[in-house]
Amino acid sequence: MFKWFKKESPESPDTEGNRPQQTKGLWSKFQKGLSRTRERLKEGLGELFVVERIVDEAFFEELEEALITADINIDTVRSLLNPLRLKVKDGQLLKSSECKRYLREEMLKMLSIPSPAFPPLARPAAIFLVGVNGVGKTTTIAKLAYRLKSEGYKPLLVAADTFRAAAIEQLETWSRRLEVPIVKQTPGADPSSVVFEGLKAAQKRGVDIALVDTAGRLHTKYNLMEELKKMARVAGKVLEGAPHENLLVIDATTGQNALRQVELFGQALPLTGLIITKMDGTAKGGITLTLAHLFKVPIRFVGLGEKIEDLDPFEAEAFVDAILP
Amino acid sequence: MYCILFENLSERLEDTFKRIRGRGKLTPKDVERGLREVRLALLEADVNFRVVKDFINRVKERALGAEVMESLTPAQQLIKIVHEELIKTLGEKAVALDLSGPKPIPILLVGLQGSGKTTSAAKLALFLRKKGRRPFLVPADTYRPAAIDQLQTLARQINIPCYNPAQGETPVEIVKKALAEAKAQGYDVAIIDTAGRLHIDDQMMAEVEEIKKAVAPREVLLVADAMTGQDAVNIAKSFHEKVGLTGVILTKVEGDARGGAALSIRAVTGCPIKFLGTGEKLNALEVFHPDRLASRILGMGDVLSLIEKAQEAFDLKKAQELHDKLKKEAFTLEDLRDQIRQMKRLGSLEQILKMIPGLGNKLKDIPFDEREIVKMEAIINSMTPQERRYPKIINASRKRRIAKGSGTSVQDVNRLLKSYEEMRRLFKRVRKKGGLQALARSLFGR
Repeated sequence: MFKWFKKESPESPDTEGNRPQQTKGLWSKFQKGLSRTRERLKEGLGELFVVERIVDEAFFEELEEALITADINIDTVRSLLNPLRLKVKDGQLLKSSECKRYLREEMLKMLSIPSPAFPPLARPAAIFLVGVNGVGKTTTIAKLAYRLKSEGYKPLLVAADTFRAAAIEQLETWSRRLEVPIVKQTPGADPSSVVFEGLKAAQKRGVDIALVDTAGRLHTKYNLMEELKKMARVAGKVLEGAPHENLLVIDATTGQNALRQVELFGQALPLTGLIITKMDGTAKGGITLTLAHLFKVPIRFVGLGEKIEDLDPFEAEAFVDAILP
Repeated sequence: MYCILFENLSERLEDTFKRIRGRGKLTPKDVERGLREVRLALLEADVNFRVVKDFINRVKERALGAEVMESLTPAQQLIKIVHEELIKTLGEKAVALDLSGPKPIPILLVGLQGSGKTTSAAKLALFLRKKGRRPFLVPADTYRPAAIDQLQTLARQINIPCYNPAQGETPVEIVKKALAEAKAQGYDVAIIDTAGRLHIDDQMMAEVEEIKKAVAPREVLLVADAMTGQDAVNIAKSFHEKVGLTGVILTKVEGDARGGAALSIRAVTGCPIKFLGTGEKLNALEVFHPDRLASRILGMGDVLSLIEKAQEAFDLKKAQELHDKLKKEAFTLEDLRDQIRQMKRLGSLEQILKMIPGLGNKLKDIPFDEREIVKMEAIINSMTPQERRYPKIINASRKRRIAKGSGTSVQDVNRLLKSYEEMRRLFKRVRKKGGLQALARSLFGR
């Protein structure tokens, strides 16, 4: 789990350019995030687990509140707490420390979803990043490109968000900063045609991984979801088996609507993983647990900050420990 | 598994109250039982836990011992109280922007990354121009790559002037210079788009405070995503404490998020929600109406007002006939016209259809513009009775005749026929799922 904390590269570019922020290592950043969570949960979980106490209904109510306040869905909360409640009902006296250990185990069980190796083995491989508006797809693409490049792969950016004003420019800026090639067309162009051209170029140039940036779309928009399907079909025509990964990007601040996002994006494309962004805020993305619980889609990466290297593989233990201090 | 979560609150309450239907008063036990369901519905709608707690306590006080109106079931009575209390919490009515003071009047937009500030800035500019103002856009997000480009591009699309920052200008310099420029050129409102920032990023929060000090805005609007979860309270509280908010723009409302965050934000800041962002087009900005959002948070459509309105306006016999027809799937264009005529009495078609629980979301792809309705009726009027009953016989030459007769175009006729076809399919689906029976039940008085 220490992979989350190990990096410290003060030279790397900041995702938001010249933001006035002293360079901090991921370690301190994540620790700060953790302590914030702890602070916030102090009223709930922190206190609950600090002093050893007998588990009763009042305890459960407090625990339930703390979990719900972390955006964990009620159904998930119940399936976590009901077995414990039954035990108490049966006359088994539980101590709060046992409760915590049990919760931790159950949460880890929910999060242990087998996920194939990343990046996919196909060459070139096509990875689609999809999601609703404003979750951070473009920034995440840049972070992924940086990551893949530093691991020795040859990535290519495909600017298939032809809708949002200046989305192409945003990705172009990244292409320049990271020195990663980009395939783009003009604003308003058919995104499927950008995908086609992008993947053809990836093939020709011997690129390892094509990262496709798609326009943000609300999952309820029928036409836009159809457009997404078409883009995937076109990708499959250029490269066999493409897109090899469909990653849904979800904002950690999102509440219960994330369930609808996974459900409906999942109907349009077979989702191979989730990326949870903005995990450096006060929202701890408890919805992640519910998504894993209900949809069994692996969580691939988490966005932990604004710097280009602030994207790390999801580590269930670190995540659970952040929720259960 | 998922649909269980979003089971309609009204259905759930009806279920809870089945056994006690017909009694004249809400007993403490009924209220307790009902409010447990309400609490769940609110939590599922992302209303913050603490806010829910306070809210439930208030409703409980009001509901205990409340008389059940004769026309309502106990469940409906409780929903009515919950609904009214929700509206009260959200603010009784729309609060307009404060556009007083020396011109140009600065409006500052703040919020987290990705909440939709830049798009909202452009939408607000367009909105104000339609109200006769002369808005000027100010891009003060110097951090996100191409953010300035984005606002300038949007500004060009709607033909509204936008400040052009020089290389290396800081956000504070930008807003000062932009305001001077707006003043010199006689613009009366300056809408300032700022960088997205985390509410716990002290440096960035200090920067936005500085911007505020530099321009003394009349309005500081928090731009918040309707999909935000429990954390909405922390976000809103921090922004309010540090920058002093005057209102909220709730964005991405056109999705299916229930928007409970709005209630949380309102409860912790006391600031009115002023606008809703309802689409990707730049004219998709609506003045906020508490009652609509209240229904949405409850996830039940506006059941009560539908019942009330429907009982006033619907011709029950006609509705029964329609119901029978739908059962037999013989929904003709004549029926559509009857519908249109009745709907015209009720209010906008879209509004009515949206009020029907479980139907609202399915209507997204059927165009219901109010002006269209007048056209639709005219087109159907220009058809022969036979055409209305058997739309299949309408060929190209008939279409031309109908278009001429109704003063529309063949495309309009095609569009109507397509809408009709989609509606027929939709009703078929709804009917199969038993949704229509439920609708009919509520229309015909249980």
